[in-house]
Amino acid sequence: MFGKNVKHQDLANEVNAELNVKGRSLLRDARDRFVRNKAAMASLFIMIFIALFTIVGPYFAVWSNEEIDWNRMGDIARQGVPNLENGHFFGLDELGRDMYARVIQATTISLLVGLIGAFMALVVGTLYGTISGFVGGRVDSIMMRIVDILMAIPGTLVIILLLVVAGRSFVMLFIALGAVSWLTMARIVRGQTLALKNREFIEAARAAGVSETVIMFRHILPNLMGVVIVYASLLVPDMILAESFISFLGLGISEPYTSLGRLIAEGAGTMAYGTLWQLAFPLTFYVAIIISMFFIGDGLRDALDPKDR
Amino acid sequence: MTSKSLLGALLATTVLATPVFAADKQHPTTGEALAHDQTFTYRVLDEQSSVDPQVVEDVSGSEIVRDLFEGLMNQDADGNLIPGVATGYTTNAEKTVYTFTLRKDAKWSNGDPVTANDFVYAWRRATDPELASPYSWFMEIMSIQNVSEILAGEMPTSELGVRAVDDYTFEVTLSAALPYFAQMTTHATTFPTHQATVEKYGKEWTRPENIVSNGAYVLTEHLPNERSVRERNTMYWNNDATIVDKVVALVINDENVAFTRFQAGELDRTEIPSGQYPRLSEEMPDKVLVAPRLCSYYYNVNLTETGNPALQDVRVRQALSLALDRDIITQNVTAGGQIPAYTFTPGATAGFEVPDSEAAGMTQAERDAKAMALMAEAGYGKDNPLDLSLVYNTSEGHKKIAIAASQMWKQKLGVNVELSNQEWQVFLQTRSNAEYEVARAGWCGDYNEASTFLDLVQSGSGYNDSKYNNPEVDALLAEAKTMDDPTANYTAVEAIIERDVPIIPIYHYTINYMMDTDLGGWPVNNVEQNWYSRDLYKIAE
Amino acid sequence: MISYIIRRLLIAIPTIFILIVASWALMKVAPGGPFASERPIPPVILANLEARYGLDQPEWKQLWDYFYNIVVHFDFGPSFKFKDRDVNDIIAQGFPISLTYGFLSFLAASIVGIGLGVTAAIRHNSWVDYSAVSAGIAAQALPNFIMGPILILIFTLYLGWLPGGGWNGGQWQYLIMPVIALSTSFMGSISRIMRSSMLEVLNSNFIRTARAKGLPERTIIWRHAMKPAMLPVVSYLGPVFVAVLTGSVFVDMYFSTGGLGQAYVNSALQRDYSVLLGVTILYGTLTVTVNLITDLAYAWFDPKIRF
Repeated sequence: MFGKNVKHQDLANEVNAELNVKGRSLLRDARDRFVRNKAAMASLFIMIFIALFTIVGPYFAVWSNEEIDWNRMGDIARQGVPNLENGHFFGLDELGRDMYARVIQATTISLLVGLIGAFMALVVGTLYGTISGFVGGRVDSIMMRIVDILMAIPGTLVIILLLVVAGRSFVMLFIALGAVSWLTMARIVRGQTLALKNREFIEAARAAGVSETVIMFRHILPNLMGVVIVYASLLVPDMILAESFISFLGLGISEPYTSLGRLIAEGAGTMAYGTLWQLAFPLTFYVAIIISMFFIGDGLRDALDPKDR
Repeated sequence: MTSKSLLGALLATTVLATPVFAADKQHPTTGEALAHDQTFTYRVLDEQSSVDPQVVEDVSGSEIVRDLFEGLMNQDADGNLIPGVATGYTTNAEKTVYTFTLRKDAKWSNGDPVTANDFVYAWRRATDPELASPYSWFMEIMSIQNVSEILAGEMPTSELGVRAVDDYTFEVTLSAALPYFAQMTTHATTFPTHQATVEKYGKEWTRPENIVSNGAYVLTEHLPNERSVRERNTMYWNNDATIVDKVVALVINDENVAFTRFQAGELDRTEIPSGQYPRLSEEMPDKVLVAPRLCSYYYNVNLTETGNPALQDVRVRQALSLALDRDIITQNVTAGGQIPAYTFTPGATAGFEVPDSEAAGMTQAERDAKAMALMAEAGYGKDNPLDLSLVYNTSEGHKKIAIAASQMWKQKLGVNVELSNQEWQVFLQTRSNAEYEVARAGWCGDYNEASTFLDLVQSGSGYNDSKYNNPEVDALLAEAKTMDDPTANYTAVEAIIERDVPIIPIYHYTINYMMDTDLGGWPVNNVEQNWYSRDLYKIAE
Repeated sequence: MISYIIRRLLIAIPTIFILIVASWALMKVAPGGPFASERPIPPVILANLEARYGLDQPEWKQLWDYFYNIVVHFDFGPSFKFKDRDVNDIIAQGFPISLTYGFLSFLAASIVGIGLGVTAAIRHNSWVDYSAVSAGIAAQALPNFIMGPILILIFTLYLGWLPGGGWNGGQWQYLIMPVIALSTSFMGSISRIMRSSMLEVLNSNFIRTARAKGLPERTIIWRHAMKPAMLPVVSYLGPVFVAVLTGSVFVDMYFSTGGLGQAYVNSALQRDYSVLLGVTILYGTLTVTVNLITDLAYAWFDPKIRF
């Protein structure tokens, strides 16, 4: 860029100020729209409730998530029934462990998987997509070819191989899930960046001598946030679903920790043997989380993308 | 010929040749009325590795091979040796040369006679480096002359110590006397194969449309990962005594689904789903079948420097072993009628006397008290807890036992156990490289004799994953190889294992089947569970 | 248009090449080998096995031979685990099965999903709409693997209507449960996408114009609204098709269908290198092809797109 010019700098500041004011009002509009969406608001409250439950719930637990109730483990079908008196609020699992503590712990893991997995996809995908779209030209086409190629690799394979190669751990699980989910995010972000790149306010900033890096971080990225947040919120249930599939294959996290997917797979196996609570409780939490996230994602999209109204 | 027309042809001949078993027929010895439809359907967990006798390496594949092919000797319902293709055998004074006399009426399913040359061909084939049979080690432990050199590629397979004296006399020369050699000829690896067929079709010879076999059944259908079907072989020398016409093995991965299908009447046999034994033995006792097997479930303790230093202390190992409540594990965790184990070798093993174990005689409370005392002596306790890692391969069953064990150690001895499950291939590597502290293990006997277990604690054994090294044990086991009655030595070795705790025995496996009441003739007392479909029958209902 | 297709196909070749090399590398880095077992094989025998399958060669040579055999002989090598079968056999046996129930599930999911979505949109805010929406969300929110044991319990044990598993040449009785289990969650998501896109189209100006002209509602929906409303669904159907074909491992496991999904996961777990690579190539090729077809279909539905 050419040397800094006070006039240009002022103009750029003005442009920014203008944007900020406009941005805030847009955000307020969006918030109002979201609040008016009953399904989304109800879902938000359910999610908050579930999140609070994972924090407060353990204080009410009589048993830990790994303790075996030796006295009751011999006859789970009769003695493992959910019971408020003996502290097994959600009953016992097949091995005599407290389902209440386990469901709380599993919910925490599943929420973390969803949030962190989506967050990883968000960070990697946004950076990759913005750079690709903003730099453009040959870099763009090479970067997008790479995405095309990676998209042709079946996600199941990537996940299985990564978990097999690197062993199981929380971190690996997030990396594996993030590795397969950032691609679509990158594509969407790139498309948006391309559209934004030639908009008047960017031209104006450029004319004002704002450096390319600053343009990217100050002007492009903030304007992508709407789309990115919507897509990321829709990714959360996808991540949780994907984790449950990994758990089904037995490649999920290690005992004594568990996830909702794992608990459901175990509960589904034994549902014919009169221990339905082993399926019912984790499934209820799981379905509540997934459905709430659907509605929240839809609500965010409607709120942040006024064209649908 | 396509498989369909072959199937049709077979069905036609079956009907013509055996009009014997109509609805009102009775079992020749028990007198039970036989069902019209003699089809036996059972569940297998996984697709079999192969049905080639020299290649097969898994249990469900061996079950099929035992039906399709017949070796020199068979086992009866109690596991005793009875004639197969061989009517009998003689040995020389040193017991290093075995001469088998073959029956003259044995035929292949294409009508060719079964001769000693078929065995010579099969045994050479099993040791051929070019076939690279994963079970060629079995030929090696049979101690046949020159087998190690052949496997190493230093000698041609023609140098193997087997010879067809004439068409019906098969002679084996051993490099050292082996008391249980004849027992080993009931193993699938030693079954004959039809040279012309193998050479004509190459590795595709085991396809239903190509296969030629000499057992009571022929393979008529094989849909990988779904089912394999074998049907009566009319050329079999003892075909008249065969009752079951058709045997279907269905691949069902999920034990609960298999059980549902058993309840729906689609299966005659499946496994008891884990944890359901107590309930099922109450609700349908006539369908639950539990019997001892020659298998042990145990934990390896890594005794090398790569392991946990605390485990070098024998008191810690003893305490860990004592604190495991095997009764809870077998009754409440595995809950499949398993037998609590205080010795490595199962009590059901032929010629094995369970030593007077101190631990077995105590109550669990006494064991716990002793374990706590030992731990305290070793300097560990609630204020100085021992940290331990326990690794197992991914499986529901192993997971449950590991969780229970870790909780017992934690609650009684204050040990902090870190559980880690590894996927099978990773697990095997971890264990054989001794990169663990305590690891899950299981072992099934290859033959009905204690050495098939105890050889594992020999310092030179490739399967000694604990890396246990005790010259006294090695000497006792070496001596046992040539003794007429090695029982005393085996008992002594077990006593040393209990003292040194290189491994922690947990339980002895049982077969635990859900078996339809109309299925008769199951060899419950055969501890190796070598069953032959030709001994089974379906009872009319 | 033609040149576009050719260009896409040309890109597909390096894509699949990189796919093979990447899977190969990951596989080789993974601990364990195809011949490991509970009972470790003596070194001499292991050496024989490795020699037989060419694993004693240097890595580049193995990779080169692999490519050579595929390009020249269309031979994907022998299976390490199932010693009397090779990869071509395993794919030839399993893929038609996966393709059959996968394609039927795809049809069921799209037809029912689109139907539900359209119905819900037409009857916006009625009980029909609400029940269709709830059914769609419920179907999508349930983890699809629990459908397996539930269906078998109901249809095989309680009702006794259907066989609990197997393939049997693909007879209809054996197909019903796998297709229901596999298609349900996709049905849910397709119906949701279809509903919202149909609603959007129905509220657009050109539909209002058509209504104002007095065209019958049926004509408006089928002649005018359907095609533009299908756009988001079409772009979603491609990934669904790939997913029903590659994500079918739970169907194979619960219903013993003998399809490729199970063979695939098992090959990864048991390090059956050749089967894993063979199926990966197949799935990769399939993904690339389906993506291309999706893009072409998209062009047909959206006349604004030109190549």
